[in-house]
Amino acid sequence: MYAYDEIDRTLVNERVAEFRDQVKRRLSGELTEDEFKMLRLQNGVYLQLHAYMFRVAIPYGTLSSRQLRALAHVARRYDRGYGHFTTRQNIQFNWIKLKDLPDALSDLAEVGIHAMQTSGNNTRNVTSDQWAGVAPGEIEDPRIWAELMRQYTTLHPEFSFLPRKFKIAITASAHDRAAIKIHDVGLRLHKNADGETGFEVLVGGGLGRTPFIAKTIKPFVAGRDILSYLEAIMRVYNQYGRRDNIYKARIKILVHELGIEKFAVEVDEEWQQMKSDALVIDDDVVEDIRSRFFYPAYEKLPHNPEELKKAAQDQKFEAWRKNSTFAHKAPGYAIVTISLKPVGAPPGDATAEQMDALADLADKYSFGEIRVGHEQNLALPHVARRDLPALWKALDRLGLATPNVNLVSDIIACPGLDYCSLANARSIPIAQELTRRFANHDTANLIGRLHINISGCINACGHHHVGHIGILGVEKNGEEFYQITIGGRADESAELGALIGPAVPYGEVADVVEDIVEAYLALRASPDELFVDTVKRLGVEPFRERVYATR
Amino acid sequence: MTSPLEQKKIKITGPSVVTANRTVDGAVIYRTAQKDWSTDLAHAAIVRAADEARTLLAESVADDVGAVGAYIAPVEVTNGKIAPGNLREQIRRSGVTINLLPAIGLPVQA
Amino acid sequence: MPLVKGGQIVADLFAHVADDAELPADGAVLVTAKRFLQDPEAILRRPGKAGVIWPNSRDVDDLVPYLERLAVVALVFPTFRDGRAYSQARLLRERFAWRGELRATGQVLRDQFVFMLRAGFDAFEVKKPGDAEAFAQTVKRYSVFYQPTGDGRITALHRRMQLRHSESAGL
Repeated sequence: MYAYDEIDRTLVNERVAEFRDQVKRRLSGELTEDEFKMLRLQNGVYLQLHAYMFRVAIPYGTLSSRQLRALAHVARRYDRGYGHFTTRQNIQFNWIKLKDLPDALSDLAEVGIHAMQTSGNNTRNVTSDQWAGVAPGEIEDPRIWAELMRQYTTLHPEFSFLPRKFKIAITASAHDRAAIKIHDVGLRLHKNADGETGFEVLVGGGLGRTPFIAKTIKPFVAGRDILSYLEAIMRVYNQYGRRDNIYKARIKILVHELGIEKFAVEVDEEWQQMKSDALVIDDDVVEDIRSRFFYPAYEKLPHNPEELKKAAQDQKFEAWRKNSTFAHKAPGYAIVTISLKPVGAPPGDATAEQMDALADLADKYSFGEIRVGHEQNLALPHVARRDLPALWKALDRLGLATPNVNLVSDIIACPGLDYCSLANARSIPIAQELTRRFANHDTANLIGRLHINISGCINACGHHHVGHIGILGVEKNGEEFYQITIGGRADESAELGALIGPAVPYGEVADVVEDIVEAYLALRASPDELFVDTVKRLGVEPFRERVYATR
Repeated sequence: MTSPLEQKKIKITGPSVVTANRTVDGAVIYRTAQKDWSTDLAHAAIVRAADEARTLLAESVADDVGAVGAYIAPVEVTNGKIAPGNLREQIRRSGVTINLLPAIGLPVQA
Repeated sequence: MPLVKGGQIVADLFAHVADDAELPADGAVLVTAKRFLQDPEAILRRPGKAGVIWPNSRDVDDLVPYLERLAVVALVFPTFRDGRAYSQARLLRERFAWRGELRATGQVLRDQFVFMLRAGFDAFEVKKPGDAEAFAQTVKRYSVFYQPTGDGRITALHRRMQLRHSESAGL
């Protein structure tokens, strides 16, 4: 992970001092809520149903064990002993008190963690691939660039009061694990024909009331120019994005209303006029950032060590190994995904005890590093394959070894009406019931990769539009109903799901999902054909028939 | 449970209360008839007409230091007992409807 | 509404003249863009300095031809959440080399002072007297700035580059 230097630490501390002053002025009445709200949002503080909610940034999903322990400490000291990992690689605490926030922020600042710009009309956490730096075939570590962009966008004086929030994601692999196509700006790091490193720049992706898949604005911007190009995009957005209607204020609406060609021209005109070299990224700037990223000194290790051969006898271990461990760029190592989706539990949550224990395991088995993925699971990015059996035993004791990664019970869900003041319906109990229906691992493996996404309202924090099965909570006459879509995907082939029919009541959602899965199993061309590909091949109709035949 | 934060016009369809969150800690509170706030729904002032509601809301909103995000919420009154009038208000009063991490056994109550 | 300039509250030498009011015979005046553009010469030929209040919904390009003859450009924050004037300010300072007074008007609150200074504002019609009094204190909040603007403050990246070079030069 990136090591803060004195400069980074100073900024975070200055920010904490400023917020402490702002809270004081709020509680004394010097600041009205109208004046304070945007300030607290800029520090990740929401008001929810029961309490304030505190969203802490985990830049590009990378944590040190020390930082994870600090998150556990906040959960324990200022909250109710647990936290929730989000679809943007952040963590949320649901029961925080406003008066405790300055202290919580101060405690986090000690380990280089902050909550700057995790809400508000500014640039949010720049997210990336939770396998960045360790995935085989990656062009280069996208987190270097994510860190550069994090710094560039933090407390940017021109762009702290945008028309609406602004989200950037970066991928550096052929398979996009960062969902760049549903971001305001998506960046695909690659090399051009001359071997130069640069980015395909996409704009205008986003979900919510008017979902859009991002469009390419420029196929290649050299790395050295990416910040100035970003500044041009953001200046055009800041000046011309709609401010009359919060539901039409994202850049995706501006791109849609102008058309991508016209928008690209506007950006280019602005970009050409930027004479200053101030934003050019020289190689030594990149090197400076890279030098403060930690990379382990990998040993030369065998792919199939004795420990692994012996443990292969254990069926339970094997089931987990096959499901939750993934190829690493260094021979003899593995990337381990930690499922936060145990049967019957709220997806994406971890207790302070689990966080502390995981920090210890990271120290022991992963060079002290943990990752957070947008599917609301965690990962240990540098595990020696010989350590897998010992690691698994420890994870299993902690309830962190459910072998359901990427399967039907690996559900992505927003907090929903149990927590969120924007929600129309609950999402977590739906997720919990679904994990119970599909608890059998053989069944789940038979079904194969299947992403279910649940949102409790149209704001789509659960990314339901791009779920293989998407579930959206709505309200009908005071009752909770759910619209079901199928065929969405969030990766490099990103697509929005299609509605299968009228909304169904709360009590029937799990049955409907079972029907959809049954239809898939009956209709798939072969066991290798993924659910999402069967939907692509056959369309919605056969599924609609099966689900609504008796409803 | 369409977010009442999007309420523009005040419409009363039955007995209602004014509810908000306490500024200092975010706790759920209800406006009382004593120009005060209580965390206990039993102490909430009940309004039954739009202009009554408007008055109560205006006075609640004026307490900008003590409370945040005041709005009008429906209740049910049976034999003098006040109960939340919809699922959202039930959840605000009683807490989340889910078991938090059953493996660890945390309580549900707010 | 106190005017803050040079870190302290100062008298405002510019009279805000309403669109339908007569221009005073002399003295400095601030007029709206609407009035100004109807007859720029009438404003500019007066004895006494001229300033224009430019709306945040309009490109500053239309004002650029007159910049040489103006003393003040006032930009607007209709609410503090509407950040268009930050872009206008940077364009005026950095692209069009505006050297006169760049004034922030509208809902100008304490917690945006640092952003405004960085964007190039040097005068502030501050909404609350308490905020105006706290100006000098408030702008000391931050000593680290990640990104460059035209304000001349050295960025974190540059500071690091300097440190690296001085280290490698054995200083």
